[in-house]
Amino acid sequence: MTRFLRLIGRDLRLALRQGSDASIAVMFFVLCVVLFPFGVGPEPNILARIAAGVIWVAALLASLLSLERLFQNDYEDGSLELLSLSTLPMEAVVLAKTLAHWLVTGLPLIAAAPLLALLLNMDAEGFGILVLTLLVGTPILSLIGSIGAALTLGARRGGVLLSLLILPLYIPVLIFGAGAIDAALNGLTPRPHLLLLGGLLAGALPLAPWASAAALRQAVE
Amino acid sequence: MPVFAGSALTCLRGDRLVFTGLDFRIAPGEALFLLGPNGSGKSSLLRVMAGLLKPIRGRLSWDDVPVTDDPDAHRGRIHYVGHLDAVKPVLSAVENLSFWATLGGAADPRGNALKALDRLGVPHIANVPGRYLSAGQKRRLNLARIIAAPAALWLLDEPTVALDRAAIALFEEIIAEHRAGGGMVAVSTHVDIAMPGAGELHLDDFTPVPHGEDDEVLEEEDAA
Repeated sequence: MTRFLRLIGRDLRLALRQGSDASIAVMFFVLCVVLFPFGVGPEPNILARIAAGVIWVAALLASLLSLERLFQNDYEDGSLELLSLSTLPMEAVVLAKTLAHWLVTGLPLIAAAPLLALLLNMDAEGFGILVLTLLVGTPILSLIGSIGAALTLGARRGGVLLSLLILPLYIPVLIFGAGAIDAALNGLTPRPHLLLLGGLLAGALPLAPWASAAALRQAVE
Repeated sequence: MPVFAGSALTCLRGDRLVFTGLDFRIAPGEALFLLGPNGSGKSSLLRVMAGLLKPIRGRLSWDDVPVTDDPDAHRGRIHYVGHLDAVKPVLSAVENLSFWATLGGAADPRGNALKALDRLGVPHIANVPGRYLSAGQKRRLNLARIIAAPAALWLLDEPTVALDRAAIALFEEIIAEHRAGGGMVAVSTHVDIAMPGAGELHLDDFTPVPHGEDDEVLEEEDAA
């Protein structure tokens, strides 16, 4: 457990000292959302109608943007090889790195989301549920994305390949995430959507690290 | 006392047979030189020994127990030094080192890290970020990693690359101490490293005959 926490600590420290990866994801997220009023026009009703979907799509893309680097640095400098030779199971390595990645890129997205919702004229009733869906949903994005990041390790133009592999798998998260907010805004209960999101998280938590670990073992061979 | 041995190992990389029918044996306190020209499979053999690479045939055993029975235990008793130094540019030398010491199960990672840096003759780089280290200093840092946490078997792939003479001499002492304590070492190298009484394994003895014949042999064995 100490080793698991130390790995998270190391990744957080690396991310904070390098800085760029984390801030790029948030800035991309903000810019992406801000583009919409320019594209569809400043009509408040239209913006309010599409706000949930726009924020969720932007969150997907922002998460994807930073995922490419999840294992890349460790792979290139030989750390991944040593991590795979340590007594920490590869699944735990994946989980620790994914968790650190989510803390650095996912949490700032969630913090920025209500501000963007305000910008898109979303009804204030939806803010709470927006944050809640992102809290449950973004870890799923990081977990599923880790599989893609592990599979595309060492591939040329891995980032593009990663998007093609992973974006289709993000669709259920998008549907239930945006669906929950729409339901809440239309006076319905968001509970079923949230439960399904929670189910996805419960499924991804053990399965994604397992799959990523298998891919990483291939990569270091 | 545990003995690390391999028998009838065959390694395939891509569709090229690197070596076949290779046997080796390392007892406590012993060292093994892996010798041979470039491409003869020294690195591949070390990766096989570490468990990073699966041999397509043959078996590795620790104390007569196949390593594949308990790969976790095997990982716990080895230190592997490859071509890459695994030094993070934004972490200081001691931060880099104490992280690996923690993973290696050291009780006092930071203390061990400082001691290991001292032992490698570079106590002054402790607080220098990895990006300012020279190639030789990075290599010393990587070698400090193997003494910062204990492990019985050291697998060293060209460990002296980028090292100066003084560092090589220090490193020879460190290997001698490790062996005196019952440790085992396997080293691939092109440089002379003094390891008294070390065995030699010439990889080119196990290289299959090129141009087609080896493929036939392999196919026949597969058919059988």
